[in-house]
Amino acid sequence: MPAPIRLRELIRTIRTARTQAEEREMIQKECAAIRSSFREEDNTYRCRNVAKLLYMHMLGYPAHFGQLECLKLIASQKFTDKRIGYLGAMLLLDERQDVHLLMTNCIKNDLNHSTQYVQGLALCTLGCMGSSEMCRDLAGEVEKLLKTSNSYLRKKAALCAVHVIRKVPELMEMFLPATKNLLNEKNHGVLHTSVVLLTEMCERSPDMLAHFRKLVPQLVRILKNLIMSGYSPEHDVSGISDPFLQVRILRLLRILGRNDDDSSEAMNDILAQVATNTETSKNVGNAILYETVLTIMDIKSESGLRVLAINILGRFLLNNDKNIRYVALTSLLKTVQTDHNAVQRHRSTIVDCLKDLDVSIKRRAMELSFALVNGNNVRGMMKELLYFLDSCEPEFKADCASGIFLASEKYAPSKRWHIDTIMRVLTMAGSYVRDDAVPSLIQLITNSVEMHTYTVQRLYKAILGDYSQQPLVQVASWCIGEYGDLLVSGQCEEEPPIQVTEDEVLDILESILISNMSASVTRGYTLTAIMKLSTRFTCNVNRVRKIVSVYSSSIDVELQQRAVEYNTLFKKYDHMRPALLERMPVMEKVTINGLTEIVQSNGETESAVLETKSPPSGLQPLSQANDLLDLLGGTDITPVIPTAPTSKPDSTGGELLDLLGDLNLTCSPVSAPVPQIAQPPFLLDGLPSQPLFSDIAAGIPSITAYNKNGLKIDFTFERSNTNPSVTVITIQASNSTELDMTDFVFQAAVPKTFQLQLLSPSSGVIPAFNSGTITQVIKVLNPQKQQLRMRIKLTYNHKGSAIQDLAEVSNFPPQSWQ
Amino acid sequence: FRNFKIIYRRYAGLYFCICVDVTDNNLAYLEAIHNFVEVLNEYFHNVCELDLVFNFYKVYTVVDEMFLAGEIRETSQTKVLKQLLMLQSLE
Repeated sequence: MPAPIRLRELIRTIRTARTQAEEREMIQKECAAIRSSFREEDNTYRCRNVAKLLYMHMLGYPAHFGQLECLKLIASQKFTDKRIGYLGAMLLLDERQDVHLLMTNCIKNDLNHSTQYVQGLALCTLGCMGSSEMCRDLAGEVEKLLKTSNSYLRKKAALCAVHVIRKVPELMEMFLPATKNLLNEKNHGVLHTSVVLLTEMCERSPDMLAHFRKLVPQLVRILKNLIMSGYSPEHDVSGISDPFLQVRILRLLRILGRNDDDSSEAMNDILAQVATNTETSKNVGNAILYETVLTIMDIKSESGLRVLAINILGRFLLNNDKNIRYVALTSLLKTVQTDHNAVQRHRSTIVDCLKDLDVSIKRRAMELSFALVNGNNVRGMMKELLYFLDSCEPEFKADCASGIFLASEKYAPSKRWHIDTIMRVLTMAGSYVRDDAVPSLIQLITNSVEMHTYTVQRLYKAILGDYSQQPLVQVASWCIGEYGDLLVSGQCEEEPPIQVTEDEVLDILESILISNMSASVTRGYTLTAIMKLSTRFTCNVNRVRKIVSVYSSSIDVELQQRAVEYNTLFKKYDHMRPALLERMPVMEKVTINGLTEIVQSNGETESAVLETKSPPSGLQPLSQANDLLDLLGGTDITPVIPTAPTSKPDSTGGELLDLLGDLNLTCSPVSAPVPQIAQPPFLLDGLPSQPLFSDIAAGIPSITAYNKNGLKIDFTFERSNTNPSVTVITIQASNSTELDMTDFVFQAAVPKTFQLQLLSPSSGVIPAFNSGTITQVIKVLNPQKQQLRMRIKLTYNHKGSAIQDLAEVSNFPPQSWQ
Repeated sequence: FRNFKIIYRRYAGLYFCICVDVTDNNLAYLEAIHNFVEVLNEYFHNVCELDLVFNFYKVYTVVDEMFLAGEIRETSQTKVLKQLLMLQSLE
C-alpha cells in the first residue's frame, strides 16, 4: 500500500478541482484510501490520515468513520498524534455520540501527565465538548489543577471549570474553595479567567451572589489599578490597558450590584471615573464605555450617574461608526421607559438618525421616536415622522403608519390636526395601512361632529385625484355616503368651499365601482354609499336606482347580495328608505382590538358585514322588533354542538346589525331565529314574536330529565302538526344552590336513527336560588317513530371548580314520539 | 438570529464571525476578533487565506489558546505567541 499523500498535496489537489463533481470524486477516492489504511492499523501514517479526514469534514463531507481512529491517536504517546487526535475528537464528536465516553479514561490519564502541554490539550478538549458524565468524573482533576502553580494550566483549568458548571450546576460548590485566592493573581490571564468563573457562578446561583458580594471592594481596586497604571505593553490594545479584563470586571460588578444598595454605592465612584477617563476615539474605548453604561443602568445607581450614562449614549449617536450608533439606539430603547426625560434631550439626534441610510438604524430610530412622542413635541415629531413615512422602505410603512395612528390618537392637540394627519398618512402610504385601521378611522370621524363638512370635502378632493389606495377610498366613500348633503351644500368654515354637484359625486363613486383597481371590499363600501345618497340627494334617485340594479347580477356574491336588497328597498319598501338610511349616530369609543372580536363571536353565517353599528339605543328608531338581523334570513339552525354563549362583549355593546337587512326582506319561510348575544330584552322580544312553529300541539306532559347537585333540568315538549316526526324539546335549567353556575354547556346525543338539532341557549349562567333559568331548544327528528332516548352531558363551573356530568334520559312520555 | 447574535468583521476577502449571546457586549467582541487576527498575523508572518487553509490544525491551536469554553482566555499577544512557538518545537 503506497504511502498516503501528505496533507498539503491533498489540499492542493482538492483546490484545483473545477467542478463540484470533480471534487467529490477526488474526495471519495481519498476516503477509500484512508479507510483501507485504517483497516490495516498503520500507526505511522495514521495522524496524517486523520488530518486529511478533518479537512474533508470541514468541507462538509461525512467523516464519522474516523472517530475511533481519533481515540487511538489520543492514546498514543507522541505529541503530534495526541494533538490531532484531540482536535479530531473536538470536531467530530459531540455529546450525542457514544464514543466520547471512551475518551474519559484517556483524558484522565492525560490530565495527570507530566508535560503541561499535554495536560493543556486534555483540558481543552474537556472544556469544549465534555458531556455531563465526563464532567462529573473529571471535575476533581480539574479542581486540583486549579491550584497548581503553573499559570498556563490555571487559566485553562478555570475555563474548564466554567464549562463544567454550565453542564452540571451541582458541582459548583466543589470549586468554591479554589476561587478564594483567584482574585489575588498578578497574572492578567489568570485574573481574566477567574473573573469569568466568578461571573458564571454568580449568574447561576443567588447564594454565590451573596457570598461574592464581599469581593466588590477588591474588584474595584483591581479596576482602579488597571486604569491608573501606566502603559503595559503586554495587555495593551491601542493605548488602553487590557480592555477585556476591564469589560469583564464591569460585567461582574453589574451582576453583583443588581438589586443591592451597598455594592452599588461602592461602585459609583469607580464607574464615574471609568466613564470620564476613557477616551472615545477608538472602538476599544467605546466598548468599555458601553459596558459601563449597561452596568450603570442595571445597578441601583444615583440619578446623576444615570444622566451621565445617557449622555454617553447620546455621544455615541453622533459617532460616525454605524455599529456604535446601532448599539446606542438599542440601549436607549431599553432605557426609555425608566429615564424618559433624560432621553428626551437627545430627541433631535434620534430624529436625525431617521435619515440614515442603514436600514436597521432607521428601524431602531423609528421605534425610539414613537416611544418618545408626548404631548409637547407631538407636532414637531409628527412632521418628521410623516416625512420619514414618505421616504422609507415599504416594509416599514405599515409599522410606521400604525405607529402614527396610535400616537396621534393619544396626543392630538386638536381634532382638525388629527384629521389632517390621518389624511396625509392615507394619501402617502394608503395601500400599506392595516385593514383594522379603516373602521377605527371611520369611528373617529363620526365622533368629531363639527368636522364633518371639512373632512368630507378634503376626502372628496383626495379621491378626485386618484383612487388606487384602497383604505383611502373606503374611508372616503363611506364619508361621502354619510355626509353627501353637506358636501353638496357647499358650506365650510375652515376651508374655501368647493362647488360640487350631485352628479359629480355620483360620477366619482360610479367610476370607483367600475375601476379595476378597486378591491371587492371597496366596492361594497361604495355601493352602500351610493345607496345612502339616494335619500340625501334629492334629484338623482333614478340614477342611483339604475346603478344599483346593474349590480344585482354581478359575479361577486357580496355585491350582488347588496344590490338585490337595495333594489327591493326601492321597490317594496320605499317608505322605509329614509328611515333606514338615516345618518349614523355617534359611536362609542372603541379600542382598536375590540372590533375584530365582534365579528367572530356572533357565530352566524352571514357574510362579513364591514361597518360597525351603533349600540342598541340607536336601533329603536331604525327597525321594528327585528333585532335578529340576517342578510339572508334563511340561515340554517346552528349545528348539533351548540355554541357556548359568549360573554357579552363589553367594549362596544354593538351587535353586528345591518342597517338595511332584516327578515322581512327575504321571502323564505320564517325559520327559527338565530339567537344572538345581545342583552336579554332582545332575545325575549325575538322569541315570542317569531314562534317556532305556526301550530303547536299542547298537552304533552313535561319531565324532569336531570336533577343532581342542585341543578335541575326540565324538558317540555311540543309536537308540530306540519311535520309529525319532529319533536321540539325546550329545556330549562335551574339552580337551587347558593352560588351561580357559570359557563353552562348542554350537549346531547341520540341513537343513530334520530337526528338532533340544538339551538343556542339563552345564556351561560344559571343564577342561584332558582332565580332564573337557562332555556335551550332541541329539535329531534324521529322518522321511524322509535322510543326516544337521549344521553346528555353537562359541563359547568360551580363553586370555583369545573364539573362535568353524563346522564341518560329515558323517561320520555309516549306522546312525545309516537 | 435564533437566540444569539453574530458579530463579524471583514478583513480583505475574509469574514471572521463570532456568535454570542444577546446580552453580551458587541463592541468588546469586535476587539476580540481583531486581537485574534493580529495573533494569526504574527504567527504565520503576514497571514493570507491560503495559510489558514493549509494549516488549519494550527489555526485551531491558536483558537484554543485564546478562547476556551466559549469565553476569552488569553488576551496578551506576546504570551500566546510564546506558547505557540513552544508547541511548534515539540513537533
